[in-house]
Amino acid sequence: MREIRINKIAVALGAALIALVPGAASAAVDPETAYVLNSFSFLLNGALVMWMAAGFAMLEAGLVRKKNTATICLKNIALYSVAGLTFYLIGYNLMYLDVTGFIGSFSPFWGADDAAALAGTFEDGGYSASSDWFFQMVFVATAASIVSGTLAERIKLWPFLTFVLILTAIIYPIQGSWVWGGGWLSEMGFSDYAGSTLVHSVGGWAALTGAIILGARKGKYSADGRVQPIPGANLPLATLGTFILWLGWFGFNGGSVLALGSAASVIEMANVFANTNMAAVGGVLAAMILTQILYKKVDLTMALNGAIGGLVSITAEPADPSIGLAIIIGAVGGVLVVFAVPLLDKLKIDDVVGAISAHLVCGIWGTLAVALSDADATFAVQATGIVAIGAFVIVTSTILWLILKYTVGIRASEEDEANGLDKAELGLEAYPEFGPSS
Amino acid sequence: MKLIMAIIKPFKLDDVRDALTSIGIDGLTATEVKGFGRQKGHTEIYRGAEYAISFLPKIKIELAVKDDLVEQAVETIMTTAKTGQIGDGKIFVYDLSNVVRIRTGETDADAL
Repeated sequence: MREIRINKIAVALGAALIALVPGAASAAVDPETAYVLNSFSFLLNGALVMWMAAGFAMLEAGLVRKKNTATICLKNIALYSVAGLTFYLIGYNLMYLDVTGFIGSFSPFWGADDAAALAGTFEDGGYSASSDWFFQMVFVATAASIVSGTLAERIKLWPFLTFVLILTAIIYPIQGSWVWGGGWLSEMGFSDYAGSTLVHSVGGWAALTGAIILGARKGKYSADGRVQPIPGANLPLATLGTFILWLGWFGFNGGSVLALGSAASVIEMANVFANTNMAAVGGVLAAMILTQILYKKVDLTMALNGAIGGLVSITAEPADPSIGLAIIIGAVGGVLVVFAVPLLDKLKIDDVVGAISAHLVCGIWGTLAVALSDADATFAVQATGIVAIGAFVIVTSTILWLILKYTVGIRASEEDEANGLDKAELGLEAYPEFGPSS
Repeated sequence: MKLIMAIIKPFKLDDVRDALTSIGIDGLTATEVKGFGRQKGHTEIYRGAEYAISFLPKIKIELAVKDDLVEQAVETIMTTAKTGQIGDGKIFVYDLSNVVRIRTGETDADAL
């Protein structure tokens, strides 16, 4: 609904101009000022979303064992870089340029065209081209980040990055064009404000298919089916990562207002910030209370996942709900996480950081929850979008994982897994405690 | 000369050090170790699943002492490291054949 929303704001701006009384104390901003503010919003909020890459890196680094820490850090900075490259090469144009309903343009190399603005002509709701490109690019990277956490500690580096390359160049942009590019789902009325489905579920589906095809870490499940937990090495780091993600989410959802050039848009952005924050609050508290009841102990990592689950849940519609509804939507996300994590373990799907539970399960819930506050959305249309995008990503990513599995192989050898991927793939240790460094 | 090696509860290390210093022991080496004895382990819970911790963190101290101090040193460790709860640890005494101080080359009793 990204384009449609711009129009809404443009209409509001137009109405404000018409209502303008000469000499009134408050005047609507002129088009160039609006253009500046819109672009500024994309840049600042986009930079916040970029910082989420740091959040994912720290969350994942904290939840793996120390022998795989350097590898997961490398994967995170590498996937961010791959996502940037592919979105420049073909991703953006495939998602936003001349979308015909199901796909955009395959023309390579996105380039900024700001000629009109430089000549002094400003469209309503306009913004500099690169500010928009940058803001959209950091979203792709977020989808890819979700995959790395689930598959940590056993997937080989280069096959993983090959998957990220195709995910960010083709899979993500095509399904994105269906909604944000103005394609068939957006015409049907499907609404996903900042990407509960388009970003988080997409990453979650890709992670789920990968986890099934890759298999669990050695030792995670005993022969008789019991879970043998593999505790993360650094919970303060995981906590820091979650806080960074929480901060970055203000940019993720707030920037998705896509405008800052009017009082109406800044009010909307402020509402989005408040709702985003309170959904995370609801997710944390729900996960804490539930783990205390279920396990007689409060589980920190579940509280962290609860924060993410709450944030993902509000992402599909962070503007319309009241604060109270936002807390409830987030709390349901926190509850879903606490039940989804052991459920996946029962199915022997090994998700190291809980990304499938937090991003996929809560992404589905959040997308359905749009209908609770947005009168234009219906559960049926929301469900159609969830199923269509889910099916597309399951099929494409399954094919891709299988091709990689039967050609280059995706799984580290048993010996490399036992010794840790840091030594096997990077030839170093994240924490060298004995030798030249001490 | 004897080498006294003792496994104690980690939070008792400072008490034991102070007590040994006060009876004239001039040095000891402490190491963080893990092990089990009659205390066995306990269970912890992570993301909804319980798991057993079968090795518990302990501190190992080692000190070389002259023969006339051995009994007193063992007694001191025993009284200061004792809580009366299971898992207080054990004391082991070995014969010590040679000692050399690296800096001066002094040997045996002179090196202690």
